[in-house]
Amino acid sequence: MQPENKEIITAERFISLFEKNRAFLETFDTKALVKIREDAMASFTRLGFPDTTMETWRLTDLEESFNRGYDYHLQPFEDVDAQKVFRCNIPHLDTAVIGQLNGWYVSKDVPLMELGNGIIMGSLADARKKYPQLIEKYFGTMADDAGEGFTALNTAYTQDGVFIYVPDNVKSPKPVQLINVIHHDQNLFLQSRNLIVVGANARLSLVHCDDSYNHQASFSNIVTEIHVGEHGVMDHYKLQNLNNNSTLISSVYFRMEASASLESHYISLNGGLLRNNIRVLFNGPHGTANIYGIYLMDRRQHVDNQVFVDHAHSGCTSNETFKGILDENARAIFNGHVLVRRNATKTDARQSNKNILLTDTARVNSKPFLEIYNDDVKCSHGSTTGQLDPESMFYLRQRGIGEETARMLLMFAFADEIVTKIAIPQLRQRIEDMVKKRLQGELQICEQCVLHCSTPEHPMEFQIDMSKI
Amino acid sequence: MESEANKILDEVTQGDYKYGFVTDIDTEFAPVGLSEDTIRYISTKKNEPEFMLEFRLKAYRHWLTLVQPKWAHLRIGPINFQEIIFYAAPKKKKELSSLDEVDPELLATFNKLGISLDEQKKLAGVAGIAVDAVIDSVSVKTTFSDTLSKHGIIFCSFSEAVQNHPALVKQYMGSVVPYTDNYFAALNSAVFSDGSFCFIPKGVRCPMELSTYFRINAANTGQFERTLIVAEEGAYVSYMEGCTAPQRDENQLHAAIVEIVAMKDAEVKYSTVQNWYPGDKNGLGGIYNFVTKRGICKGNNSKISWTQVETGSAITWKYPSCILLGDNSVGEFYSVAVTNNYQQADTGTKMTHLGKNTRSTIISKGISAGKSNNSYRGLVRISKNAVNSRNYSQCDSLLLGARCGAHTYPYIQVDNKSSIVEHEATTSKISEDQLFYCQQRGISAESAIGLIVNGYAKEVLKQLPMEFAVEAQKLLSISLEGSVG
Repeated sequence: MQPENKEIITAERFISLFEKNRAFLETFDTKALVKIREDAMASFTRLGFPDTTMETWRLTDLEESFNRGYDYHLQPFEDVDAQKVFRCNIPHLDTAVIGQLNGWYVSKDVPLMELGNGIIMGSLADARKKYPQLIEKYFGTMADDAGEGFTALNTAYTQDGVFIYVPDNVKSPKPVQLINVIHHDQNLFLQSRNLIVVGANARLSLVHCDDSYNHQASFSNIVTEIHVGEHGVMDHYKLQNLNNNSTLISSVYFRMEASASLESHYISLNGGLLRNNIRVLFNGPHGTANIYGIYLMDRRQHVDNQVFVDHAHSGCTSNETFKGILDENARAIFNGHVLVRRNATKTDARQSNKNILLTDTARVNSKPFLEIYNDDVKCSHGSTTGQLDPESMFYLRQRGIGEETARMLLMFAFADEIVTKIAIPQLRQRIEDMVKKRLQGELQICEQCVLHCSTPEHPMEFQIDMSKI
Repeated sequence: MESEANKILDEVTQGDYKYGFVTDIDTEFAPVGLSEDTIRYISTKKNEPEFMLEFRLKAYRHWLTLVQPKWAHLRIGPINFQEIIFYAAPKKKKELSSLDEVDPELLATFNKLGISLDEQKKLAGVAGIAVDAVIDSVSVKTTFSDTLSKHGIIFCSFSEAVQNHPALVKQYMGSVVPYTDNYFAALNSAVFSDGSFCFIPKGVRCPMELSTYFRINAANTGQFERTLIVAEEGAYVSYMEGCTAPQRDENQLHAAIVEIVAMKDAEVKYSTVQNWYPGDKNGLGGIYNFVTKRGICKGNNSKISWTQVETGSAITWKYPSCILLGDNSVGEFYSVAVTNNYQQADTGTKMTHLGKNTRSTIISKGISAGKSNNSYRGLVRISKNAVNSRNYSQCDSLLLGARCGAHTYPYIQVDNKSSIVEHEATTSKISEDQLFYCQQRGISAESAIGLIVNGYAKEVLKQLPMEFAVEAQKLLSISLEGSVG
């Protein structure tokens, strides 16, 4: 099958492409999956791609991205140099690494790993063939196909991605690192679909990285569904370091059963246009969700975080903290939405968004939005936008620290509130390094994967003469 | 506790709307429905100059191209504009030259509302308040006009201003809220009937509070008034607005416009106690209050301050806003919005910072009870040129009862690096600790809640002129005492 030519992105293109390839896409589908696919396509036909007339897309205009023109592949990429992908692991941290190239699972030796303790990990395409019941039970049950065009399109075109299943009462012994590298010599549109199931009393740490290998433009539409069972624990890290020509629409749907607990970290370091749709549904009482975000943007980079937390049951706690530093012509959007439903008593929900603007051309839009239908709740939100505190600056300067270093220190301290929440020490160390590099303007996507920018033996330090303090 | 609380809540909500009476006044109406003919009828009736008719017709033709917006968090029943009477006026018996000639029924109405149109009757120890009384579509009486005119202040009904000061009206009308602004502003611009006009000349500090009292009386009518306040360089005025309406089963439309212009060093303080009929406890009837209020701080160092206490109306949809154009200008917004039963409110403010060193403060306190929905919606926009600007917003919501809703939609946009914007908000019910503290000291649950709610709203209430603060506090306790969650 030939790749689709470099065409601009329109809804019509994907509707007609679907019609042409319907049989091919549905080759391994069960009856139920065919229905999900077809329903999603019907939704997409109705919704199309979002535009700026929609409230949640008001400030993110995709027209420029759409018009770049992209190839779209319905077949996996061949001649993969897997080594390139797998180089990105974190030093001194024993992780199970799953690689994805342009959204396709890189099969190394086995497409689907079945670990002794019942954990299944690997390609969604293979899991669909091998575990149809398991897939049917969870697939498409969390993603919002009826309300979001991108998600509907992704569901309709589901082919490959990552599938992780942690059975009840099993704690994943080591963190799973999922690396999606975009590497192609043409502009590329790619979609991948991930399904992660953490059973009751189970536990999983997932580090999900999106990286680009070169400066070629790309447009990614990635949908991840994450189910956390009763008393399950999910530790989720999303690391985004893409080139300035890339557009990433990342939609993550969490479904939290009773007493489930979630820690999610969004670390956006680089990217042309990043859009994070983060949706958390409390599907049972007493769940906890902590969602942290840090974005460090410059040039014409654009980051848009849309966080929706649905308190559908009582006694749940949610906390959103998003912080950002914006330089040059960067733009950041934060749109938090907490919905407390009628019966969700004893809800505790917090939202916070803090921004630092470094130039007069950087822009921030913040909308921490609360929608509350119950009185027995504790909800709060806060948003600030400003500069580095002049008094702190003065304090550092009068102790002989140069202006540039003082600025770096303060910015790092600002970002560190989020970074320090990372529970895995090796990962925290690595991200601290990356944030430092990023603030000094040294972290860009390079010919090598960014995770190799420094080694743990020589961690990044600010050049401060400590004797002067 | 729960059932007792519900009982008290019921008692309070079953209390009748105090101002729900109808006065039997001889009234003349425009033909039902809206068309260019209606607009010509209104314009002719008011003997308006040509430019006014043109303005109205332009607005009407623009309105025809618009559709009613749907973005607000409100459920609005269909409005049939062809069933509304757009102009209703108490019949004039003859030209009025003194208060004695005002229809005694009208005087009685305003006396019943606690508004004295008698200039002799001043509040003990308080300077008089000049009142412009508007009933249905027309202004019936403006008090203290003569006293004010000695200072060069023009305070009269909008119709009189059109007749006597057409140049001023032409210069400022539509300069802050153009007829193209929104659906209801276009409608108002086409059919507005009367309202107040206030002009404070350069360097004058208005010696008394100015006040407009709006009263809807006739059935099936809409009220569309327009207020224009211009404060020239260095002027100061404090302006108050109150409103009530009779109790009726159908919804009545009120779509008003308020425009404020503050020149260099001028200060305008605008206070509203809005108590339109809110509908009965089943959500039947009540006023649709769709108002566009906006002020522009045109000159440097000018200041506009909005204070509102919103307790009435079935639906409130309004965002008193400030355009901070002059350098160092200041905008303030203080609001208490109370909703009960099936009331809905979507209210807040817009602060648009354009000049350097501009500052704005937003304090909004929402209180929802019964089955009502209360939303705060606000925009703080700091443009690129508004360097060193500062905004502080606080919008809190209090929920009383498990079936109401409180929502907060703050929009914040910052386009330069030297400005500081802070926003914080909390939503909760009345703290059980506070309630327990009061009750164990022998204060009944009902009084304790009144106390706590008044304390919660105090930051806003203290901004009101004294005469209004008393009324507002009473209103708050009538609306909410005893509604424990």
